[in-house]
Amino acid sequence: MDERFHIIDDYLMIRMPEEIDHHQAAALSEQADRYILEEPVKHIVFDFEDTRFMDSSGVGVVIGRYKKIACFGGNVYAVNADRQIRRIIRISGLKKVLKLVEEDTDE
Amino acid sequence: MNNEIKLEFDAISANESFARVAVAAFVTPVNPTLEELADVKTAVSEAVTNAIIHGYDGRQGKVLLHCILRERTLHIEVKDTGKGIENVEKAMEPLFTTRPELDRSGMGFSFMEAFMDDLQVLSEPGAGTCVVMKKRFADMSSEPHEE
Repeated sequence: MDERFHIIDDYLMIRMPEEIDHHQAAALSEQADRYILEEPVKHIVFDFEDTRFMDSSGVGVVIGRYKKIACFGGNVYAVNADRQIRRIIRISGLKKVLKLVEEDTDE
Repeated sequence: MNNEIKLEFDAISANESFARVAVAAFVTPVNPTLEELADVKTAVSEAVTNAIIHGYDGRQGKVLLHCILRERTLHIEVKDTGKGIENVEKAMEPLFTTRPELDRSGMGFSFMEAFMDDLQVLSEPGAGTCVVMKKRFADMSSEPHEE
């Protein structure tokens, strides 16, 4: 699972799993927090390329990580979010903190 | 299409995906759109997660999932016999959570409300909680077929 995490400069890149629910969330948060604590991480990029399902547990994962880096001026970004993930981001209000990069083509 | 299923499963997190996939399979005969399917899966996932985290609080228990399909309307009940909710109105407020230490976003009920056409939460402290949801699927039969 560790190949899902990469450090590039002061960015932590997280390749999110196929399904993000409560069952997946705890381990994901725990691993991310280890990188945040041990590496010089300032910003986080959540890559949703593999993700086909996300519920409010996924929103909790993003918000929880954001809280850990926001006090040091860090930002959180989402890449490769499909239509469904973008809907979750919009409806949850996550859009206020999570910056959507590289919009998918239509649909 | 009229159909009905009742499933009872252990309140463990591995069953969250089982529950939403089971409901998705149950509604396939009415050809829901991808978006409708995602709506139902998310709502079921939220309700079952609530039963596991809050209803049983990690203790053993069973979750009962009851689905009825009447024409193009899906009725879902997700029931637990856990600790129940003291204040349902408060629990349903966006961002309200009793478990912030678990990174819960407090958006569970908001998602159920947003993605389903009707949501009712019946609960009694000490007795359990029953979440009743309804979803009407659009009739796409007159539309041209995909592919």
